[in-house]
Amino acid sequence: MTQFTINGRAVSIDADEDTPLLWVIRDDIGLTGTKFGCGVGMCGACTVHVGGRATRSCITPISAVEGAEVTTIEGLDPAGQHPVQKAWLDLQTPQCGYCQSGQIMQAAAMLKDFPAPTDQDIDATMSGNLCRCMTYVRIRAAIKQAAEAMGGNAPSATGAKS
Amino acid sequence: MSRLPPKGESGGFLSRRNFLIASTGAGLAFGFSALVEAAMDPAAPGGVPIASTGPRFEPTLWFAIDGEGIVTVNIIRAEMGQHVGTALARILADELDVAWDKVRIVHVDSDPKWGLMVTGGSWSVWQTFPIFSQAGAAGRIALVEAGAKLLNVSPVGGTARGGVVHVGGRSISYGDIVKRGGVARTFTPEELAKLPIKPAAERKLIGKPGKALDIAAKINGAAIYGIDAKVPGMVFARPKLPPTRHGAKVLSVNDSEAKKIKGYLRCLTIEDPSDTVPGWVLVIAESYPAALRASELVKVKWAAGPGAKVSEKDLQDHAASLIAKPDGGALLENKTADTAPAFKAAKSVLEQTYTAATVLHFQLEPLNALAFEKDGMMEIHTGNQWQSLILPTLAKALGRPETQIVMRTYMLGGGFGRRLNGDYAVPAALAAKALGKPVKLVLTREDDVRFDSVRSPSVQTVRMAFDGAGNILAQEHHAAAGWPTLANAPALMPKGKNGVAYDPFAISGADHWYEVGAHKVRAINNDLANETFRPGWLRSVGPGWTNWAGESFIDEAAHHLKTDPVALRLKLLTGAGANAGSDASTKGGAKRQAEVVRRAAEAAGWGRPLPKDTGLGLATSFGQERDMPTWVACVARVHVDRASGVVTVQKLTLVTDAGTIVDPDGARAQTEGAALWGLSMALHEGTEFVNGQVKDLNLDTYTPLRISDTPELDIQFVDSVEVPVGLGEPATTVVAPAIANAIFRAVGVRLRHIPITSAAVLKALAEQT
Repeated sequence: MTQFTINGRAVSIDADEDTPLLWVIRDDIGLTGTKFGCGVGMCGACTVHVGGRATRSCITPISAVEGAEVTTIEGLDPAGQHPVQKAWLDLQTPQCGYCQSGQIMQAAAMLKDFPAPTDQDIDATMSGNLCRCMTYVRIRAAIKQAAEAMGGNAPSATGAKS
Repeated sequence: MSRLPPKGESGGFLSRRNFLIASTGAGLAFGFSALVEAAMDPAAPGGVPIASTGPRFEPTLWFAIDGEGIVTVNIIRAEMGQHVGTALARILADELDVAWDKVRIVHVDSDPKWGLMVTGGSWSVWQTFPIFSQAGAAGRIALVEAGAKLLNVSPVGGTARGGVVHVGGRSISYGDIVKRGGVARTFTPEELAKLPIKPAAERKLIGKPGKALDIAAKINGAAIYGIDAKVPGMVFARPKLPPTRHGAKVLSVNDSEAKKIKGYLRCLTIEDPSDTVPGWVLVIAESYPAALRASELVKVKWAAGPGAKVSEKDLQDHAASLIAKPDGGALLENKTADTAPAFKAAKSVLEQTYTAATVLHFQLEPLNALAFEKDGMMEIHTGNQWQSLILPTLAKALGRPETQIVMRTYMLGGGFGRRLNGDYAVPAALAAKALGKPVKLVLTREDDVRFDSVRSPSVQTVRMAFDGAGNILAQEHHAAAGWPTLANAPALMPKGKNGVAYDPFAISGADHWYEVGAHKVRAINNDLANETFRPGWLRSVGPGWTNWAGESFIDEAAHHLKTDPVALRLKLLTGAGANAGSDASTKGGAKRQAEVVRRAAEAAGWGRPLPKDTGLGLATSFGQERDMPTWVACVARVHVDRASGVVTVQKLTLVTDAGTIVDPDGARAQTEGAALWGLSMALHEGTEFVNGQVKDLNLDTYTPLRISDTPELDIQFVDSVEVPVGLGEPATTVVAPAIANAIFRAVGVRLRHIPITSAAVLKALAEQT
């Protein structure tokens, strides 16, 4: 039995302890907003927060989250109104949307570390998240808009790299 | 339209018009229509369409209005990021004249009543615009007449605005009309064709800003993709893939080690009468992680099929040898000139060969399908782009009629053409049949890549003959590649002028709109490619490589003629004769292409001085096909680092004339994505065949564009009221040649293979003397 909390709810999971957290979240707990993309931690579609840190759930065994607080896209904000989500909606960022849960979770975690991210901060933090529809211009702009909304005043929220 | 099979196919595009007519002909009547179980409303919780209460007015197949005035538009196209339902619903809602917040969309399941279901070719808006305009107008006229009748006034002079009928000084809402009943109106085909469609100036939704209906669910985890489909009692499957795509046979399966895995159930060797997935073994388990673990322990021995030793070099050498033979291949209908006299008379001749690497779709949602039998139907739950293509194959595989198979609709975690080929549905359905229980097949990323219908590598040779006065006398374009349409839908291949069937999607683009004198275009199938793998349609398909060659070559021709490449293009885009445009979709012809070239050059500052080792390069195309031209031009600004060979794309400027822009923000988003796909395939991604398999299986070595390499984009559209054409792919076609042309102008070296690597740039610089 592995016990942890997910989106504030305590869960107890009966699965081999090397089972990837991703599949437990999707198939056992039934929250399908977290996506399977590459299985090797290099696309970011499976990104969740563990103790507030962006974590690739596809390469995280559930034993590693024993006692931890896990947050998925469904729990980022009770009403889906996190400033990052609002900026994503406002700029119509998603295309197919498949990577966007991971992008949003990565961006939300980044803004805690870099409240006013520069383009270099965004490049460094978000380059691990592949968007195959290539919505990158809007992702960058939405991060800056969210940062401003959160009071971080990111430099030039235009979307374009200067 | 004759060249494009899906449009002219009987039972296809045209029959949807017939359905519209038939259903209106059967009488406009109220009805309580049962909601299909898994048809998808991307804006509704769980994707399940919200049931309407009370009577519904369904004047055509394409939409219904309920007593609250809510309009539900049926969308037969797959949603894979293009917000297609939003664009199409706006066409219908504008003509029906309802407020956007009253509009819902439902992505429908497969049903013969929809006619041809295919989402590709950047066709959706272009094909649907006339049908949905008529459907909306028919509904509006019927409602005005019904409203007048309910109000006991003459319908003459009645109008509809925002879902309310105004007639005889009184008004009544669409919802109230539906609630009170009494709408009865039929339209003959002739009447339908003559329905008054709004002039562009009166449009309220088309061309105006608005929010896409599918996006809200894509930022909170609510959107349901094929991989999220579930049903009680399902088991999970992961394939063991054979060593070759075709012709492999299973010799033995040993699962003795796998039996130690908790949750492992069994292995299933797929017997496939349709021969879609020869040599497949499925590892079945109670959970997906168990299927993954067990599959690593299952040992399968195969007899390989053809191509087991084939390399990328073998494929490309074979393509080059086919081009070297003067015979073979198909000559395009309108490009069959005898070029020999011109080449004989020429004062100078330029010939170059261009190659493009194998490219993966790598749509982020790995292939998957859930299949099970229910109430006499085989239900297949998966994201798919061409239901009408795979249904007959499924029928053959399962040994049951198509009418007993339904494909339920989900959001697609990327399509890019991969899901036009529905081969992945076949093993899931066969397993569900064999096991008598629901089977959820999920491919790992590596499985997905090995089973991809990749973009074939290609070789192209372009030749041009010149007189001594700077004029072009003739051009030849010979292209050899694996043909996706031959692999997936051979019955749809048209015949060339010489009677040889060919894949139009593998050559389109070479039949350009430049005036070059005698023009010959030859499409050659690389049979070794088709034998080794299953070529796929990948975003922009043939125009993604034909324009790589053709637009690189035009710059080389300009260099040969010592003239400016923009000036040369403008000189050749005369818009005369065959390049004048012949119908509403092609109106203006090459003159419109010249205009986007002019605008892009101006916007990018063509001719202005630039820093050292920095250059601008331009390329232009007509998008996907001559009968649906999307005029696009791109200027790339690049910097080349001479020490490392690294090419940095600083900015892409794109100007597009796509006629009427239905959904401006969606159009911009599609152009952003298409352009960056072009950039990714120009500099960042490509793989190669080794022993009949692609070498790069995951992101450790396959390296699509990331945010850090994304340049500034300047995207502009020509303001137009002409026929709306496609936008999903055209921008992809121009980026690679624009970059190569810019590299040449920056540092004077010409690269003729994509992806362009820093090693290739360094080598070219070293050879530069």
